[in-house]
Amino acid sequence: MKRINALLASIVLLVFVGAGAFAAAEPEADDDTISVGMVTDVGGVNDNSFNQSAWEGLQRAESELGIEVSYLESGQGSDYGPNMDTMYDTGKDLIWGVGFLMADAILEAATANPDTNYAIIDFAYADTPDNLVGVVFAAQEPSFLVGYIAGKMTETGTVGFVGGIAGAVIDGFDYGFHAGVQYANPEVTVLRQYADSFTDAAIGKSIATQMYLEGADIIFAAAGLVGDGVIEAAREQDLWAIGVDRDQNYLAPDHVMTSAMKRVDSAIFQISATLQDGVFPGGETFLFNLANEGVGVAPTSDIHVPADLLAEVDDLSQMIIDGEISVPFDEASFGEMGYE
Amino acid sequence: MTDAKNKGAALLNNPFAFALLSIVVGVLVGAIILVVAGYNPFRAYGEILAGIFSGPRNIATAIVRSTPIVLTGLSVTFAFRTGLFNIGAEGQFLIGGLTAALLGFSVSLPPILHIPFVMIAAAMAGAAWGGLAGYLKARFGVHEVIATIMLNWIAFYLNNFIVSLPSVQRPESEASYKILDSARIDILGAWKMSDVGLAWRRENAGSFFAELLRAEINWGIVVSVLVVVLIWFILNKTTLGYELRAVGFNRDAAEYGGINVNRSMVISMAIAGAIAALSGGLQVMGRTQEITKLAVMEGNGFDGIAVALIGNTTAYGNIFAGLLFGGLVHGGGRLQARMGAPSEIIDIVIGTIIFFIAIPNLIRVIIKARERAKAKKEVTDVA
Repeated sequence: MKRINALLASIVLLVFVGAGAFAAAEPEADDDTISVGMVTDVGGVNDNSFNQSAWEGLQRAESELGIEVSYLESGQGSDYGPNMDTMYDTGKDLIWGVGFLMADAILEAATANPDTNYAIIDFAYADTPDNLVGVVFAAQEPSFLVGYIAGKMTETGTVGFVGGIAGAVIDGFDYGFHAGVQYANPEVTVLRQYADSFTDAAIGKSIATQMYLEGADIIFAAAGLVGDGVIEAAREQDLWAIGVDRDQNYLAPDHVMTSAMKRVDSAIFQISATLQDGVFPGGETFLFNLANEGVGVAPTSDIHVPADLLAEVDDLSQMIIDGEISVPFDEASFGEMGYE
Repeated sequence: MTDAKNKGAALLNNPFAFALLSIVVGVLVGAIILVVAGYNPFRAYGEILAGIFSGPRNIATAIVRSTPIVLTGLSVTFAFRTGLFNIGAEGQFLIGGLTAALLGFSVSLPPILHIPFVMIAAAMAGAAWGGLAGYLKARFGVHEVIATIMLNWIAFYLNNFIVSLPSVQRPESEASYKILDSARIDILGAWKMSDVGLAWRRENAGSFFAELLRAEINWGIVVSVLVVVLIWFILNKTTLGYELRAVGFNRDAAEYGGINVNRSMVISMAIAGAIAALSGGLQVMGRTQEITKLAVMEGNGFDGIAVALIGNTTAYGNIFAGLLFGGLVHGGGRLQARMGAPSEIIDIVIGTIIFFIAIPNLIRVIIKARERAKAKKEVTDVA
């Protein structure tokens, strides 16, 4: 019996020691190449949306700029802090936090580790440390444009909006879309429901199916993975969905009419690139909007949306850039601008 | 023939050897999966181990990561030993966290009172939440699995609803107000983010204590171990524990023996709920200091089910099982950051290892059943 114990114990020990030696032999990131990491929120890197867009931005930085990239997915909210530290331990020059939920964890990490740069998507700090950059998007602008398309394209006179979890970020999509629909046609009814989730596609599908039953023929989802369910429902009902964050037409080419793109990828690419040029804009917060092409309407929109309507959208886009139209981004501004 | 059989039986009766064998098999199968997925298994396991054991920060973080599931595992274990299956640890955990967060920021007391007050209140809330499922079973015969699954969802949405109330939600965030310092049980938590603390950490960067402080160290694990001891005592050394276990072994016999079975079920679920809720409370007091709107169930309670099974549903087994599970989860992060392995692969590998560690109990049951069948056959053959 003792022999068996000893044998097994030595096998375990051997495997562990061997593996440890292997890991130790791997060099840490060397200092010549810049390395950038990102920590995702609980949606994970394959969410067809926000996090995935961020990762595409980093992959582009890898192929075009030769930057070393990696990601780390968070299993739960309390993992954000430890994940920031794990990234820090792998010797990164810049660490991205994807999503406003990580605002506290990143601020804490940036304060504790002034030797590393940090950046966050979708959050603007009142007082940003010198090694931290905030990135926010004017999500209401592309939402206004897809809302305009929906308002013009609806045949039933009813469209829907499915939100993830209510809050400042999703408010931009929500009120922008509502305003766009009303701007196109004040007669159109907009149904609105929140899924209280960014991850549950099944909830998205059931909400969307219900909205289609109530007469909606176009639904815009700003809700991460929940939107996959909305698109699935559109395919089943043979009606329309509008994608979000990325050009989601590929998910259902005949049923995704257009997408409100929030170019997280291009923001991540551009800011990661500044690091290589040695001009990292620490302490600042950047706004990505129509004017700097940080947001927009998906290029595949021309498949389903008539060319003359797209031309109108282009004009509207220019008017927003020129400040001739201002787009509401929350309940208060929505009311002030005379929408209801 | 008899020799081989004896060896098998000997191995069965030696839990240490059996556990080691299971780990070896689990690691090997995990290695095959890694190879198939295109990752060097030696390096991958090396990264996981380095992710757990390299430096005080990682060791401490692995322990901190394990703390909640040690207790949720204990909650499941306790119910299991009394014949009930508590799927509701997830919801009870949320109720505990919710209670701790609300009382942590809204009540002002000196720390010596505030900390025990919040802990006890969280446990009490969980006791009510778990006890409700026990009551439904005792009074109306509603199966506790169904009741606790439903209560999980109610707790989940209650959490999100309460966080969104204007008096609870911190402006510009998706979270509640932070609990007061007097309710915190993290070690030097406020100091290490203060200017003095930051300066000290910078000066001593790389030293043992500076590294340790990078982890979210807190007293949660100490409280957890004490609770494990307490529960072990209640289960094995008290009349109450004897009665509860008797109901678990054989409900009818217990009732015949004069034990109030209905009362036992309510008490059992209430205690299980209290343990899981205390876990949620400790998580808020020791780590998060707030609760957030959840997009998805976080799994602390569900992981507890696995932990309880790995720990062979013994009270102390949860400590080791929880540390193993929490360690693997934390170490797995490094595998992703350094080798780019998708978390699906990491979860499959961790799941495989856990599976093979949990399986000896199953094998033991099967072998015993076969031996019994054999003995029966021999008896009939003789007859």
